[in-house]
Amino acid sequence: MSTDAILSFEEAMEKYDPVLGFEVHVELNTKTKMFSSAPNVFGDEPNTNVNEVDLGMPGVLPVLNKTAVESSIKIGLALNCKIAEYCRFARKNYFYPDTPKNFQTSQYDEPIAYDGYLDIELSDGTVFRVEIERAHMEEDAGKLTHMGGATGRIQGADYSLVDYNRSGVPLVEIVTKPIEGAGSRAPELAKAYVAAVREIVKNLGVSDAKMERGNVRCDANVSLRPHGRERFGIRSETKNVNSLRAVEHAVRYEIQRHAAVLDSGQPVIQETRHWHEDTRTTTSGRAKSDADDYRYFPEPDLVPVLASREWVEELRATLPEPPAARRKRLQADWGYSDLEFRDVVNAGVMDSIEETIAAGASASVARKWWMGEIVGRAKTADVDPSELGVTSETIVELNKLVESGKINNKMASQVLDGVLAGEGTPAEIVEKRGLAVVSDDGPLLEAIDAALAAQPDVAEKIRGGKLQAIGAIVGGVMKATRGQADAARVRELILERLGVEG
Amino acid sequence: MAAINRDDVAHLARLAHIEMSAEELDRMAGELAVIVDSVKSVSEAAGDDVPATSHPIPLNNVFREDVVGHTFTAEQALSGAPDSFEGRFKVPAILDED
Repeated sequence: MSTDAILSFEEAMEKYDPVLGFEVHVELNTKTKMFSSAPNVFGDEPNTNVNEVDLGMPGVLPVLNKTAVESSIKIGLALNCKIAEYCRFARKNYFYPDTPKNFQTSQYDEPIAYDGYLDIELSDGTVFRVEIERAHMEEDAGKLTHMGGATGRIQGADYSLVDYNRSGVPLVEIVTKPIEGAGSRAPELAKAYVAAVREIVKNLGVSDAKMERGNVRCDANVSLRPHGRERFGIRSETKNVNSLRAVEHAVRYEIQRHAAVLDSGQPVIQETRHWHEDTRTTTSGRAKSDADDYRYFPEPDLVPVLASREWVEELRATLPEPPAARRKRLQADWGYSDLEFRDVVNAGVMDSIEETIAAGASASVARKWWMGEIVGRAKTADVDPSELGVTSETIVELNKLVESGKINNKMASQVLDGVLAGEGTPAEIVEKRGLAVVSDDGPLLEAIDAALAAQPDVAEKIRGGKLQAIGAIVGGVMKATRGQADAARVRELILERLGVEG
Repeated sequence: MAAINRDDVAHLARLAHIEMSAEELDRMAGELAVIVDSVKSVSEAAGDDVPATSHPIPLNNVFREDVVGHTFTAEQALSGAPDSFEGRFKVPAILDED
């Protein structure tokens, strides 16, 4: 695979002004599909959540899922869009085995929602308005697995396998207007925008919003133009950008790549790019060509959707608290300082903390675990904290073990490592690793006597009333017991031993 | 006469994955022009007061409640497939991964 030249991000920013655009696909979590009554469920056996409509059999008729329409209107409203009083579906014609019909049922020139905006708050509190062009209803395609060649698991094979379970799953595609003026904050804005959309659809309850499952998928358009020029440059569209971090990295990479292309005097090619998480680079997909001539036409098998103003207002009345307002409320409920709360939000663990609190932890305990233990591990593992695999139940159990004095904080951290290594539940790991705090005074007293004997001058100071010197003895005992002692109990015993009042 | 030339037909044939010979392209260019002209006469019949329509019956908001209905088993789903493997449709490899 050839590697594209890139400029440093700083140099690219000095020379060029980025313009972004996003198409975010949101899978709705309706019980059934957009046009058929087959179940909309992730992860089932291939080709078991399908019926004749999903398989595009001859003579079948699609029937629109009312809940999916309502969810789409809710998304439009949450994105501050106008809701079309009248809209239709259209056929997008193309040949590819991910759709057995040879067309995707979508909307073309009559989206259900249009002309909206979303105010995006960046990490330092700057608010950036992203204009929404449209949000339209469509159906998802089947899932292809390419077999054979160099990477397939069947040697010499050269084919694709198709699972149509995802075929017909309701989608809402949200398209932004060109986003100008983000400058060097473009990568950060990209991530924050997709995060905001994900947060909104999750908050609305209309999507499971799990990016790792493809519930929210982002295509990122990037173009560069020299500073001061109004006309947009030629854009690339990067697909497969399926985590928040990847969105940020992909935009950053494409800016660097475009800058190098432009610097060399070549034109940027308008094309699809594929994002590769492993190398954090993109590769050329295919150039835009008349393969993109989709010959849209109004879907004759579906009648128009009329969204009466009464219906729209009924739906508006059901909208939950918007995420920005929710953040304000959660911060007040949890009693975090502005700085603490912003750190929590920026680390992407607000929802996780909310879940952990709901599972029974206090606000400070939840924050201590997520910010103190999990965020760092996630960074090391290079995944989002919520994707590390720590459940709220694990945290609550760990905290109970600490509060009951069974283990100390240091051990709890080791137990968490054990949980992540798949060694079992916290209680099982405490057992297996023999991590319980030493509470039998016998071995502790032995260690204390040894520590005192080793540092007679310190012992003398403590006897003389210099209690702050006790740390050295406690440290010696903790070392001797490999951290398995309860430090508070050790301190008590040392004072008893020396006959000093604590 | 509508302007449908041979290149237009060749383009459409390619988009529709229809293999056409040189003679067929020539003949179809002429025939399609006539067909398009014939369809165009509809716009003469409809005045400005007739809105464009994609559906002959004045219906809207035909919805289905979000209730799970019937599904096929994988065996049933695959019963008409030319080829299958491990519960999935087997199709020739397609390099364009879009």
